[in-house]
Amino acid sequence: MVTTIDPENRPFVSEASVSVEIETEGMTLNIGPQHPSTHGVLRLVAKVEGEQIFNVEPVLGYMHRGYEKLAEVRTYPQVTTLVNRIDWVSGFANEIPFMAATEELMEIEVPQRALYIRLILTEMARICSHFVFNGAYPLEIGALTPLFYAMEDRERVLDLIESVTGGRFHPNFNRIGGIKPAAGAGPTTKKDIQDLPIGFYKETQLAMEKILAAADKFEDLVGGNEVFRARTKGVGVLPYDIASSYGVSGPILRASGVKFDLRSTTDYLPYKDLDFEIPIGENGDCYDRWYVRLQEIRESAKLVLQAIDAIPTGPLQTKVPKVIKVPKGEAYVRAENPKGEMGYYVISEGGLGPYRLKIRTASFSNISVLPWILEGVLIPDLLAIMGSFDFVLGDVDR
Amino acid sequence: MSFGLELLLKVGVVAAIAPAMALGLTILEIKGSAYMQRRPGPLHVGLRGFIFPIAEVLKFFQKEDIIPAQADRSVFKWAPAYIFVSVFGLFVIIPASPTLVVRDLELGVFYLLAISSLSTIGVLTAGWSSANKFSMIGGLRAAAQLIAYELPLILSVIGVVIQAETMSLVGIVEAQKEWGVPFVLAGQLIAFLVFMTAATAEMMRVPFDMPIGESELVSGFLTEYSGIRFLLFYISEYINLFVMCAIASTIFLGGYHIPFLPLDWVNFYGPLVLIGKTFFLGFILILIRWSFPRFREDQLQSIAWKILVPVSLANIFVTSIMKVVF
Repeated sequence: MVTTIDPENRPFVSEASVSVEIETEGMTLNIGPQHPSTHGVLRLVAKVEGEQIFNVEPVLGYMHRGYEKLAEVRTYPQVTTLVNRIDWVSGFANEIPFMAATEELMEIEVPQRALYIRLILTEMARICSHFVFNGAYPLEIGALTPLFYAMEDRERVLDLIESVTGGRFHPNFNRIGGIKPAAGAGPTTKKDIQDLPIGFYKETQLAMEKILAAADKFEDLVGGNEVFRARTKGVGVLPYDIASSYGVSGPILRASGVKFDLRSTTDYLPYKDLDFEIPIGENGDCYDRWYVRLQEIRESAKLVLQAIDAIPTGPLQTKVPKVIKVPKGEAYVRAENPKGEMGYYVISEGGLGPYRLKIRTASFSNISVLPWILEGVLIPDLLAIMGSFDFVLGDVDR
Repeated sequence: MSFGLELLLKVGVVAAIAPAMALGLTILEIKGSAYMQRRPGPLHVGLRGFIFPIAEVLKFFQKEDIIPAQADRSVFKWAPAYIFVSVFGLFVIIPASPTLVVRDLELGVFYLLAISSLSTIGVLTAGWSSANKFSMIGGLRAAAQLIAYELPLILSVIGVVIQAETMSLVGIVEAQKEWGVPFVLAGQLIAFLVFMTAATAEMMRVPFDMPIGESELVSGFLTEYSGIRFLLFYISEYINLFVMCAIASTIFLGGYHIPFLPLDWVNFYGPLVLIGKTFFLGFILILIRWSFPRFREDQLQSIAWKILVPVSLANIFVTSIMKVVF
């Protein structure tokens, strides 16, 4: 990351709490780690001159939980519990690339039905994540009401996820070689046996129609709001070359006009069988980042609707040994998570757990561009830009 | 009645009415926002949610009054009083009927300008004395905003003053009685809109709440306040909302006057009519507050200087011409 702290020029911590005099050469404003809108414990040491920021230094690590190290002393099935908690807004989506990497090492073919259920739940997690953004972003620039609408609509999806997996935020639902079967399920021959709850397809259909209606409502209420447009259009423009050179991915990269989506280029889930569009932005400003995510909600809802039509019958799980041992080797699988590209680099020495697990998270790479983009902006815009990056601190610090 | 006794009575009545109106507007705001946001709490919990605002106010009494170690103690303590006084002082000129008024000042509009600008001092001192950078920035933003919007606030009233040929608020209402329609329908619609916009900014309500924007400045100049001092700010905010809306309804909507009602009974229905009009305007501001994000600081300033001031100047110009021609 570009913004490592230079020990010679370390931000002067006590300055933030003591000095009240304004020198003409500006002051250091310490935003976070306890601040209402840093989404947790991100700390930004901003050098400001009046309202203008001329230097920002993100300080990370307040929430470091050592998941990469913890994974080394856990068995493969146990790691799922950990990765759920990386980006807690879309817990299910975190499991997928790890499972895919492990299965690649073990050379397991996952049954189609399990893949489709994974796909449905991943897209639901994406809808959840984007709804949280949709509610939190207007809050960041001063509107409280959309938050309540967004939470209400997210709740429909969370209920569906809960009905399948038993967990709202941390499903822990994937198993190596498939998904968790319901008790005594066995191979399923027709729809609506024990792998998915009774009435799941109908409920999903209803919920997705409501989600599509909610997306329209958001486009009208939030996107059509003059003040919202004034605050976001042309603010925090991120050109595509800067974005890609900093390793920015996901909706932020797409908002800058790069049509890059791992769902269409890789095959960790059967996205190629389904028909969806990749929304991209034109200007790469905050409004585009908001709008791209809103469009993705629509695309995800359509994907779920297609998937519940196309879902094949069959077993949920490949036969795997009781004690899972992964053969020696290395694998890297990346996936398009709601926040961007997430990848797991698994190194196996043939043991019960990974020898080393490197987790590439989207938020960490995405916020590395903050110092570049925040240079010279006003303090109110700092929040507008930071909010549009939609990062989760668990995803940054791991 | 001696002057002292009269003064005491008037102060007592205002002191009783002001918090009651603030509580009424708080209830309206909490219930209104709860309806807009479909929040079950304020709608259904505890006496259909009516216990909520009371709990909200009582909560502050039991909280510790924290003064930061680095704060300028006396300034910090007195800052809420400035704001409270400036808001309270505006009650003097609001007429609830031709006779039910604390003092019908000849220069009522000037008094409005003078007293309402006092709150700038309170905001600045609160922001400066807190020994907190967020408070400091909030205080400076607030001061800049209050000064910027004072101008359109007063300029928009001047059109009315020209039309009514008086600066006294009672006189303005009486003039509207003579016109037959309130000034908002008698050519001062633009002035009314400018006044309401500027008043919203003076009150630092959404979309002009940049000085206390909780998502960036934590709570602006209020950040370090807690307990009873925060309550003073909080109550002043709602009293201010009431006062500003009351002044707007007096100047533009005919105040205590309502057509087709017997003028002899104005002392009885006048206050109710005024409160009704005031709460109507307050409700509109509440709707706006819960529908909009906030403007950025530079956008705020350019709205004041580039739109509101020229528009209100043009309004004065046109009103003067109309006055001379007709």
